[in-house]
Amino acid sequence: MPENNTVAVTSLEKKFGNFTAVNRINFEVSGGEIFGFLGPNGAGKSTTIRMLCGIISPTSGSGKVGGFDIIKEQGKIKQNIGYMSQRFSLYDDLTVEENIDFYSGIYRVPKDEKQARKEKIIGLAGLEAFRHRLTSTLSGGWKQRLALGCAIIHKPKIIFLDEPTSGVDPITRNNFWAIIKDMARNGITVFVTTHYMDEAENCGRMALIYKGSIIAMGTPEEMKTKIMKNTVLDIRVAKGEDWLDKIETLKGVEEAALFGVSIHAVVKDERAAIDAIKDIFKRSGLKDYKVTKIKATLEDVFVSLIEDYDKEHDESKKS
Amino acid sequence: MTSIKAVSLTRKFDNITAVDDLSFEVPEGEIFGLVGPDGAGKTTTMRLLTGILEPTSGEGWVYGKHIVKESESLKDNIGYMSQRFGLYEDLTVMENVNFYADIYCVSGNERSDRIEKLLGFSGLTPFKGRLAGKLSGGMKQKLGLACALIHTPKVLFLDEPTNGVDPVSRRDFWKILYNLLKEKVTIFYATSYLDEAERCKRVGLIHKGKMLRCDVPDKIKEEFKAKTLEEAFIKIINEWESHAGK
Ligand SMILES: Nc1ncnc2c1ncn2[C@@H]1O[C@H](COP(=O)(O)OP(=O)(O)OP(=O)(O)O)[C@@H](O)[C@H]1O
Ligand SMILES: Nc1ncnc2c1ncn2[C@@H]1O[C@H](COP(=O)(O)OP(=O)(O)OP(=O)(O)O)[C@@H](O)[C@H]1O
Ligand SMILES: [Mg+2]
Ligand SMILES: [Mg+2]
Repeated sequence: MPENNTVAVTSLEKKFGNFTAVNRINFEVSGGEIFGFLGPNGAGKSTTIRMLCGIISPTSGSGKVGGFDIIKEQGKIKQNIGYMSQRFSLYDDLTVEENIDFYSGIYRVPKDEKQARKEKIIGLAGLEAFRHRLTSTLSGGWKQRLALGCAIIHKPKIIFLDEPTSGVDPITRNNFWAIIKDMARNGITVFVTTHYMDEAENCGRMALIYKGSIIAMGTPEEMKTKIMKNTVLDIRVAKGEDWLDKIETLKGVEEAALFGVSIHAVVKDERAAIDAIKDIFKRSGLKDYKVTKIKATLEDVFVSLIEDYDKEHDESKKS
Repeated sequence: MTSIKAVSLTRKFDNITAVDDLSFEVPEGEIFGLVGPDGAGKTTTMRLLTGILEPTSGEGWVYGKHIVKESESLKDNIGYMSQRFGLYEDLTVMENVNFYADIYCVSGNERSDRIEKLLGFSGLTPFKGRLAGKLSGGMKQKLGLACALIHTPKVLFLDEPTNGVDPVSRRDFWKILYNLLKEKVTIFYATSYLDEAERCKRVGLIHKGKMLRCDVPDKIKEEFKAKTLEEAFIKIINEWESHAGK
């Protein structure tokens, strides 16, 4: 079986002292797949990526990346994959071009290809006007573009992107995703984390990790239908923020939050919740509002799964 | 009362004009969103208004203080969370929070209430004793927010505060902001999340240092017959580029 662009881990665990950051997780990613790794802050995403990239060793479990063992062949892994870390990995005191040259050097890009690849990356990242600019004077979003470029300079078969679009403007985020999808079409495997749930829609499959454990896995569609157990109501009302507290504390409402300009309420019993919401509007004499059931967005699913997990585990602790 | 006022504010770096003739006002108690593509000049604008950087020309006042002549006393009234907040990586979570509470002279009940509330929002309560350097990226960002929000300034400058923050915490963070608005705090908010921009009272769109539009989100969407702010902004920028190119 060709496995030079697949990822598989078994019972992967990482402890720091007696704190478990990654708790015996299992998953497989096939070649050319875009695999989204989602989860709240501190869930263990970056720690997992660091283990997959051969930067830190697991405390137990095993895994293979591109056919290489994540414990015994860490050097090989680093040479064959692309990794964009969450924190800028660029040299602030080098110019844009110098940073690209530096990375093509360490990744041993063949001499006769260096120039062409560099131009390609500069074009891709839209950095034409900035090639001689010191990296320290680039704005946050531009640095991010350069970092992505440097991570793919050697045309790796598998690429790990840890929040590549954090702080990047919406137009550029769309461009980033066009690049990512293009890579996947060419058989490159993409393992990506993001906190932008609208972006996660672009993934073929995704895993949700929380407190070190994978608590859900599936395609975006499966996450929104099969895996999502609650109903989402969209509430349109003027000055939504003033109603938020009242709606959130209603019986039967699991969670309420502003979503763009409307309120999204996650509920278990649809009928009862709609009646209760309408009732508070009626009692304050308000007529101009609208409550409709909508299909859950990935953000609703994400929040809902996390809250449900917390509730279950708080209860099991108490009993 | 006007809380922030900029008059022809301009800042050049060598041959780049990062901020180009910006004029605007933000009334007290308003949340004003500053959006624009990467490199548009958002951070530079914040640095000018917080008295960190001097303008090449133009003037500004924040809560009545001149941003150049009174740049020291200006700092008494403001809170500022920069895009990369200065945490002490070799101090624990709690030590960082205490450090900022001391600097801002927050004491007594207010101090303990605040700390409890902010650590609660950030989910950092179980990690009080962990070194800041050992936190995940988003946890660091949230610790930065907790430190910036430990006092109640008159004007709060937030530069892309929710980058790297997960959706659950982002929701909680906005609840905190709404509470600050109830206390009449003015919030100047740069963001690349346009769903957050939609929640601001007014938004300013800047591009290449220039303010292309500044209005209530609904008005901007209406004018450009756009469903979302993102759509409207793309139209505005494209339109501007096609004129500027000629
Ligand atoms: N110290 C500096 N020296 C030279 N150029 C600078 C300096 N600081 C900022 N610039 C330039 O000024 C312009 C505006 O940058 P700024 O950081 O204000 O953008 P921004 O809108 O905050 O972008 P982002 O959303 O990516 O953070 C950019 O072209 C940037 O490279
Ligand atoms: N070197 C370390 N020592 C102690 N704890 C650590 C260390 N590195 C990470 N951790 C802890 O492991 C947990 C998982 O961190 P990780 O960086 O993997 O989270 P994450 O899912 O990437 O979060 P984010 O979305 O904020 O980036 C956190 O509680 C973090 O504080
Ligand atoms: Mg991380
Ligand atoms: Mg900036």
